[in-house]
Amino acid sequence: MIPLSWYLFVAAALFSIGLFGVLARRNAVAILMGVELMLNAVNINLVAFWRYRTPNQPIGMAWAVFVLTVAAAEAAVGLALIISIYRNRDSVVAEEMDMLKN
Amino acid sequence: MSPNMTLSWVLALVPEIGLLVLLAVVLLYDRLIKPEERRRIGLVTAWGAFIILVAMIGLWIGTGEPNNATGIGESLLWGDMIRFDLAALVFRVMFLVALMLTALISLDVERLQKGEYYALLITGTIGFSLMAASADLIMVYVALETASISSYILAGFVTKEQRSSEAGMKYFVYGAFATGVMLYGMSLLYGLTAQTNLYVIGSMFLGAQGIPAEVNAVLLLAAVMIVVGFGFKISAVPFHFWTPDVYEGAPTPFTGFVSTASKAAGFAVFLRVFMAGVLGATGTPKDHPAMWWAMLVAMTIITMSLGNFVAIFQSNIKRMFAYSSIAQAGYLLIGLVTLSPDGSGATMFYLLMYIFTNIAAFGVIVIVSNRIGSDELKDFSGLSRRSPYLALVMLFALLSLSGIPPTAGFFGKFFLFRAAVDAGLWWLALIGILNAFVALYYYLSAVKYMYLYRSEEEDDPIPVSRGAKVGLAFSLFFILYLGIYAGPAFEWTREAATAFFALAG
Repeated sequence: MIPLSWYLFVAAALFSIGLFGVLARRNAVAILMGVELMLNAVNINLVAFWRYRTPNQPIGMAWAVFVLTVAAAEAAVGLALIISIYRNRDSVVAEEMDMLKN
Repeated sequence: MSPNMTLSWVLALVPEIGLLVLLAVVLLYDRLIKPEERRRIGLVTAWGAFIILVAMIGLWIGTGEPNNATGIGESLLWGDMIRFDLAALVFRVMFLVALMLTALISLDVERLQKGEYYALLITGTIGFSLMAASADLIMVYVALETASISSYILAGFVTKEQRSSEAGMKYFVYGAFATGVMLYGMSLLYGLTAQTNLYVIGSMFLGAQGIPAEVNAVLLLAAVMIVVGFGFKISAVPFHFWTPDVYEGAPTPFTGFVSTASKAAGFAVFLRVFMAGVLGATGTPKDHPAMWWAMLVAMTIITMSLGNFVAIFQSNIKRMFAYSSIAQAGYLLIGLVTLSPDGSGATMFYLLMYIFTNIAAFGVIVIVSNRIGSDELKDFSGLSRRSPYLALVMLFALLSLSGIPPTAGFFGKFFLFRAAVDAGLWWLALIGILNAFVALYYYLSAVKYMYLYRSEEEDDPIPVSRGAKVGLAFSLFFILYLGIYAGPAFEWTREAATAFFALAG
């Protein structure tokens, strides 16, 4: 069987890519995609830990389903906020959101 | 851990069930009334929150549940997801009071007289109150997201206003990022222990001798990542960047709500995860100086100092209160890092008085800026002549925030610093006291604007509606009551805080 650590490496790599996306991308939609990547990394972690650590209890899987559901709700709210910003200023570039600064 | 559903299961969720009913009522009511009667939706919400609050306290007095005598096993309900204890009760009181007061101060803001606004406030409160009771990592996550997602929408609620949608967007990006990191830390914790229940995880580490170095390293990593999520909720430095922008751009009544209820909920999970469960079970700082503890102390000191020093330079009153709320998070963390029931009790007392104080202050800002259309500090000039009542409420709120007797803030700070000294952290208390002097400067300069400076519109009084008056009077009463007669309330929160230490005791 493939060792657990392989899955964890994939998850850690995905998490780092997502983290980079959130911190470095300028487009708000791309930032949202970065967040989704981070949550997917968590899901890989959870399912891998479930398979290797507690295969007889559904804890990890149930948790992954919760993460999926909440991520969908979060994405819906995020996109709605992006649309409301786009309507106000015809742009979704994060750096241009500078109304609130002193 | 009874597998069969009993009445106590339902009793444990009375406020949540009540809020859910209230949510349905508010949404239906919004459809039924005429457009010119929209103001009543807020009154329904406030009354609903008040009735739930009375029902919850009545049930607590009537049944004697929850109390500290119940063992951990019996107090874990709903498949061990919820712990029904005194600490959860105290936090729920705070959230319901915050909901009621926020509904009252939102009444007269025309753009917020919508069913959705109050519905989202209620779902947010459901999330907060589940956060305070959750005893499982999955439940912590789901409850935290329930609260957060409602908050993101509320921050960007006024879609026509560019500042509001920008605040919502910023809140969302920082929030989603912080919860993502927190969730990764939680998944590591689950992988390490193969458990998700906080109390089971806590008992694994409690008294465990010689935890291997590599396990400790992963534990530290998980702790750091979880602190990112909780630090965001309580707006502690360095996770505070969203705070000034969101506070300034979001609708002002919601700013009052997020600065109090959301912070209290953040501290509820922070205390439970770090004291009761996982990471606090490793003992007091003196006999077990864990790495994460040193990190939290550093965070405490930086949070209160940065918040206070930056607040001095703000010209917008909402931004000033944002930095003030960051500084308050620093004081509150003092109680947490003492890792003692006294400290946690002091934190809970401080949160209780902070809810009355800060919502009173934001109530005044809402009413004034609703009238004059600005929330710059200089536009508060001459407030004492335009509305002596509002200026008086603001004065007491500011005195309470800076910790001057006879207001509740004095005892809040006193209990926190005493707990720190008792735990041998006198230097932390000293830094806190020095910070309180810095804070005095900017709080009193706001008083100076209201009372000493004149303005040209002095003859134009600011009307206050009856609902808002009741809300402000209620807050003012408790600011003074807790400032004169703090003993019983502190005993109550201290007793509740021992529930966090059920595992270690």
